[in-house]
Amino acid sequence: MPSVLNKFLLLFVLLTTIFSAHNTLYAKETDSSKDLKTEIKDYISHHLEDAYDFSLFSYTNDDGKHVYIGIPLPVILWDGGLQVFSSSKLHHGESVAHVGDNYYKLDHGKIYKTDAQGTITYDETNHATNIAPLDISITKGVASMILIALLMFWIFRSLAKSYVENKGVPAGIGRFFEPIVLYIRDDIARPNIGDKKHGKYMSFLLTVFFFIWFLNLVGLTPLGVNVTGNIAVTFGLALLTFVITNFTGTKDYWLHIFDPLGSSMKWYAKIPLYIILIPIEVLGIFIKPFSLLIRLYANMQAGHIVLMSLIGLMFIFKSWLGSPLSFGLAFAISLIELLVALLQAYIFTMLSALYFGFAAEEHEHH
Amino acid sequence: MVGAGLVVIGVGMGIGRIGGSAMEAIGRQPDAYGKIQTAMLIAAALVEGIGFAALFAV
Repeated sequence: MPSVLNKFLLLFVLLTTIFSAHNTLYAKETDSSKDLKTEIKDYISHHLEDAYDFSLFSYTNDDGKHVYIGIPLPVILWDGGLQVFSSSKLHHGESVAHVGDNYYKLDHGKIYKTDAQGTITYDETNHATNIAPLDISITKGVASMILIALLMFWIFRSLAKSYVENKGVPAGIGRFFEPIVLYIRDDIARPNIGDKKHGKYMSFLLTVFFFIWFLNLVGLTPLGVNVTGNIAVTFGLALLTFVITNFTGTKDYWLHIFDPLGSSMKWYAKIPLYIILIPIEVLGIFIKPFSLLIRLYANMQAGHIVLMSLIGLMFIFKSWLGSPLSFGLAFAISLIELLVALLQAYIFTMLSALYFGFAAEEHEHH
Repeated sequence: MVGAGLVVIGVGMGIGRIGGSAMEAIGRQPDAYGKIQTAMLIAAALVEGIGFAALFAV
């Protein structure tokens, strides 16, 4: 298939161009005073954070210069006007980016406004006191979310198209995804939300399932994406569940919260109970999506930490016994993470469906 | 650090019991496999959520 080959060639050329554009050299005194353990710790915490570029690896060449290989991303700042520049200008905080009349420097993962020398002042608690401009950059996380969104759009659009063309029979990649879509409809949405009402929630459930799953999987690649392990992202996803649950809530849903005992008791008997019950139910509205956001965030974050610690152990042991052991463990944990990636997407979808089920409930009053 | 260990012991026991009971239930009623698995995963996720909350608090 020559057209596919051509596409791959084009992609290869594009990638190599981007890499070589970023493959700039800059000097930095190699601080050998840092011991291995702190270096590994820094590396892990650096990996868990969002960054301004995709960095694949870095090394120190013979001249003692740090070379970073990766893909730079656009930095967008609002600093009395829009400032857009490539993150390769920041040089991983090793030099000052000169944009227009302003100077910016990366310090501990944040961009600060500075002067030509790049001075950053710190207060007693070791926080930088420089002005931090409003940062709406396309960071690593944002870029991967956009890419995954485009990928999903492309996959499911072609899936939908193939149904029209083949008269209801999926073709190509659709053969893989059709059973999953059906599983979400028949085993997650229907039993939890009900036969009548599950339709209007399906689009959200499918989107959130594949979005989380794909992002989790991308997190296991060497690109070092940690999007679902970012509490802001999981907060956004849980917020959507929260909004949908409460805005589609039926009368029965709200009655269940503010009048859970219904007509089974006289009103004066309910008052002392409701002093306790209603606050708990109201809190429950917020605790449900909160547990969603914490669960996804903590699971992915913990998985990344464990995996990277095990890889780091190899460099600490440096022995014929320890290193293969930690390699084996890291391999096993990688396989488990592959499962967890799917499981967490499933749990998030499942619990969202459960909450939508509460919201959509309509029953005879007991 | 001791707290973290205690949390992990508690969560481990909890999830272990859930898994064990689910296995027994499947053994008794293999037809209800799907439903039991779903209920098991939800319960396990809830226990795990509390475990993570506690770990972050530690």
